[in-house]
Amino acid sequence: MNMREEMQKASSLIAQIGNFGLQLLWFSLHLSVSTWYFLLEIAHMVESCFISSGLIKSYKALNLGKLRYLAIVVGSEEAYQTSKVIELLQWLEAIGVKHVCLYDMEGVLKRSKEAILEKMSNTTVFQEADENDKLLAQKHMMLEFVSFSDGKEAVAKAANLLFAKYLTSNNSSEDEEGEIFTEPHMTEALRAVGSGGPEPDLLLVYGPARCHQGFPAWRIRYTEIVHMGSLKSMRYGSLIKAIYKFTMVRQNYGK
Amino acid sequence: MGTIPNHIAFIMDGNRRYAKKHNLWADDAAGHKAGFLALASMLKYCYELGIKCASIYALSIDNFKRRPNEVQYVMDLMLEKIQGLLKEESIVQKYGARVYFRGNMTLLTEPIRVAAEKAMVATANNTGMMLFICVAYTSTDEIVHAIQESCNNKWVGIQEANGSKARNQAIRDVEYQIEEKAIIKLRDIEKHMYMDVAPDPDILIRTSGEHRLSNFQLWQTTYCLLYSPAVLWPEIGLRHLVRAVLDFPQHRSYLEKKKEQA
Repeated sequence: MNMREEMQKASSLIAQIGNFGLQLLWFSLHLSVSTWYFLLEIAHMVESCFISSGLIKSYKALNLGKLRYLAIVVGSEEAYQTSKVIELLQWLEAIGVKHVCLYDMEGVLKRSKEAILEKMSNTTVFQEADENDKLLAQKHMMLEFVSFSDGKEAVAKAANLLFAKYLTSNNSSEDEEGEIFTEPHMTEALRAVGSGGPEPDLLLVYGPARCHQGFPAWRIRYTEIVHMGSLKSMRYGSLIKAIYKFTMVRQNYGK
Repeated sequence: MGTIPNHIAFIMDGNRRYAKKHNLWADDAAGHKAGFLALASMLKYCYELGIKCASIYALSIDNFKRRPNEVQYVMDLMLEKIQGLLKEESIVQKYGARVYFRGNMTLLTEPIRVAAEKAMVATANNTGMMLFICVAYTSTDEIVHAIQESCNNKWVGIQEANGSKARNQAIRDVEYQIEEKAIIKLRDIEKHMYMDVAPDPDILIRTSGEHRLSNFQLWQTTYCLLYSPAVLWPEIGLRHLVRAVLDFPQHRSYLEKKKEQA
């Protein structure tokens, strides 16, 4: 009897020590990972300061030739921080970016359009018709406001346009179908329903996760998608670095 | 739903760079062969981690623009590997995976189409992992194809419903309806997408540090976490997969919330 009690006590003690040991291990693992991320964050902040103050030569002269169109995706909760969005746009203007597309799923930025345009002098809203003229010679920064409804729903609307074309074609032979259902016609149909902006070269995601959140699929075939962290903790140096890295990318386009 | 992702998509980038880096017989073919071995390992790890669905960007329509001998090599390699899937000892049979070939199959040669069909039939009763092999695939082609199919279906439906009504009359009716409300709905298009039977990917891994989707599952990645490890595809290992899977739960709740709001 005594033996058994002793055995039970011993095994429960061992179990307790084991548990404690595991918890200690988990805690120290968690601590080291947290410390690592903390140090990484400090390094990023320091690097960002250096970049902002122009100390790092390679970031000083950005070749924006490749960056014709920039898109910004913002988490919808963060999109309410209009002042942060305006600050970001002011940075982009200072850097020399001419065309910016602002996207958030719920259209918060669309609703804040007036407030944003008010604070930004020298900006105009992107108009389809002006695209070809303004693209070459512009003194203004062009802004486009996009939301989830310009993605899949716009594709459905464009599909109906193509269906109408299909119905009015003379024969519904396979050749005719092949003429109507093509990618260029789809691009045209999207333009006709008001969702035909150009394809961004670079897409910056300000949010907790690197996820494009439903940015119109037709427009991001070859877009570089970069995660910038939260809008709240955005840094000018990180923005410069992201744009610089983009200018160094070489795409094969599948070839 | 748990903290393991349901569907992981892979863009296997870096085979040619790997061949160059290792000076492997100085040609890209060896890189693709090494890439296939890496694919087999990754599928094994996915199976072991309990991931129910995987999709791979095996051949893009854009890849047809490559040098003809490279395209030919990749097609031959693909045919060889597809035929290999039917063998007992293949990974697909070992893990009971069900294979789906998705893409614009009309762009492929007859032998590959036949072999792919055979492989799909042979694995149709497998209840393990779902493996989507995207060949001759691009998202834009997928969307246009889905719209074309929806239009064809609607037209057949209209003709059947109208019976003996003249075609022109039917057209006028439908055109009137189009102005009032949409005939082709979003769900019609989604039903005809190549990837219709697959759940949307939870994680998309593109190797070689490239940060773009290159026309892969653009429609399906609304809530998908994008990963771009710098490693070249033939050098990818379990640790890269584990890293992605470990990061997933943290973002899952945020993405779930977004899905509900939409």
